[in-house]
Amino acid sequence: MQTIGQQLINGLSLGSIYALLALGYTMVYGIIKLINFAHGDIYMLGAFWGYYVINVLHFSFIAAMLSAMLFCALVGVIIEYCAYRPLRHSPRITALITAIGVSFLLENGMSYLFTANTRSFPQVIKTVTYHLGSLQISNVQLLILGTACGLMLLLELIIKKTTMGKAMRAVAVDPTAAQLVGINLNHTISFTFALGSAMAGAAGVLIGLYYNSIDPLMGMTPGIKAFVAAVIGGIGSVPGASLGGFIIGILETAVQAIGLSAYKDAVVYLVLIVILLVMPAGIFGKNVKEKV
Amino acid sequence: MLTVKDLVVNYGAIQAVKKVSFDIHTGEIVTLIGANGAGKSTILKTISGILRPTSGQITYQQQSLQKVAAPKIVHAGISQVPEGRHIFPGLSVQENLQLGAFLRRDRANLAQSYQDVYNYFPVLKQRRHQDAATLSGGEQQMLAMGRALMAKPKLMLLDEPSMGLAPIFIQEIFTIIQAINAAGTTVLLIEQNAKQALSIANRGYVLASGHIKLSGTGAELLANPAVQEAYLGGKL
Repeated sequence: MQTIGQQLINGLSLGSIYALLALGYTMVYGIIKLINFAHGDIYMLGAFWGYYVINVLHFSFIAAMLSAMLFCALVGVIIEYCAYRPLRHSPRITALITAIGVSFLLENGMSYLFTANTRSFPQVIKTVTYHLGSLQISNVQLLILGTACGLMLLLELIIKKTTMGKAMRAVAVDPTAAQLVGINLNHTISFTFALGSAMAGAAGVLIGLYYNSIDPLMGMTPGIKAFVAAVIGGIGSVPGASLGGFIIGILETAVQAIGLSAYKDAVVYLVLIVILLVMPAGIFGKNVKEKV
Repeated sequence: MLTVKDLVVNYGAIQAVKKVSFDIHTGEIVTLIGANGAGKSTILKTISGILRPTSGQITYQQQSLQKVAAPKIVHAGISQVPEGRHIFPGLSVQENLQLGAFLRRDRANLAQSYQDVYNYFPVLKQRRHQDAATLSGGEQQMLAMGRALMAKPKLMLLDEPSMGLAPIFIQEIFTIIQAINAAGTTVLLIEQNAKQALSIANRGYVLASGHIKLSGTGAELLANPAVQEAYLGGKL
């Protein structure tokens, strides 16, 4: 019982990172039907940004995270502008392959510029472990959970309540009709990339703090797992991405807890396969029906 | 108000619109009628900036719409109610209307616009918190029209507003189009339901395989034997 509770806490912390990342996948997919494979690398850039501003500019943790979010938002917008926008009317496979190319460019570009060495992330927040009965929870875990939940709530508010959020939803369901009411597709798509990338930036700084180490290839595996999380939740669905992230995080820690660490990635993909067999559209995914 | 001159539009390799010219004067209801595939919707999409003309000119209030992007055209006062409604599912009725006013900066007058739309379509007020996808076909048509009205258009383009609707709704929609026009909005109406369209239109154009075949006042076209033969199911 105690182990289960403890693994749940660990799983939720890790899961909230996946959830933040999955949101970017699902929003971008929702609006331009592109799996942005470079998304995990934006998370890596966020972690490196945090590393740099804390070490060199002596930013506080909050300032580092907020600036990483801004930086990643900008990077996301630039990537969309340079790599995906020219391909807007090309077949989807072209954009998909370009996304993989952008991912390689970021990974290898960063390895070239900063070497592929693993660096230790500055521990700006001293880890304090609290004991709740037999359970342990650290302040960093609480910070990750709290920040992630806060950001998800903020995102939900932006999407549901603001005019730009409504425009995003309109472009996602019907780009032509969105143009006919005067919505600028390019601005809306840029805004979506900015939002998703900002979430990834925050996740990058949080994971740096949690795992202590960062490297240029750190975005690969979490990127793919977050993509799996988005698919499990129902790609295009924002609550689905959050839920999917938590499911993957909990699953992964649970598998490690029962001593099958070597299979933790395999289990994630196994669950993906099973969910897609049972619910092809994911948990919150809709089978889109058209009314004529 | 709007002049279309020698408009040619290609859809891939197909020439959908071949040298079409017509004009619309302020305050009119003008209708383009014609069979499926005559190029009617293509013309509206081109006016709205969704498609680009291959050649020819579209002039709106002395300004060329040649290279103007779709949102700017809405901003200039041309709103379209697209064929098949194209409301935003997953958004509430009210959010759909709100997006209709996306480009408006005169926030103070928005309440009045909602009121106007709800006056035309009281059912939308009842359903304003419902997901737009749950509306019936006729209600969705009303929402699409309401959404276009929220932009306060000077010229409203309606693409097949009666398509797929029950007769009772069709009558209501046409009555409301007349009311919208009477309130000062110029209307370009595209219809397969030629009889209804011509009976409310000041003028009409008959389109066949990408060409304008006939033009005249609504009454003239209604009385024209060739129009009756081709589009009104024979003798009336």
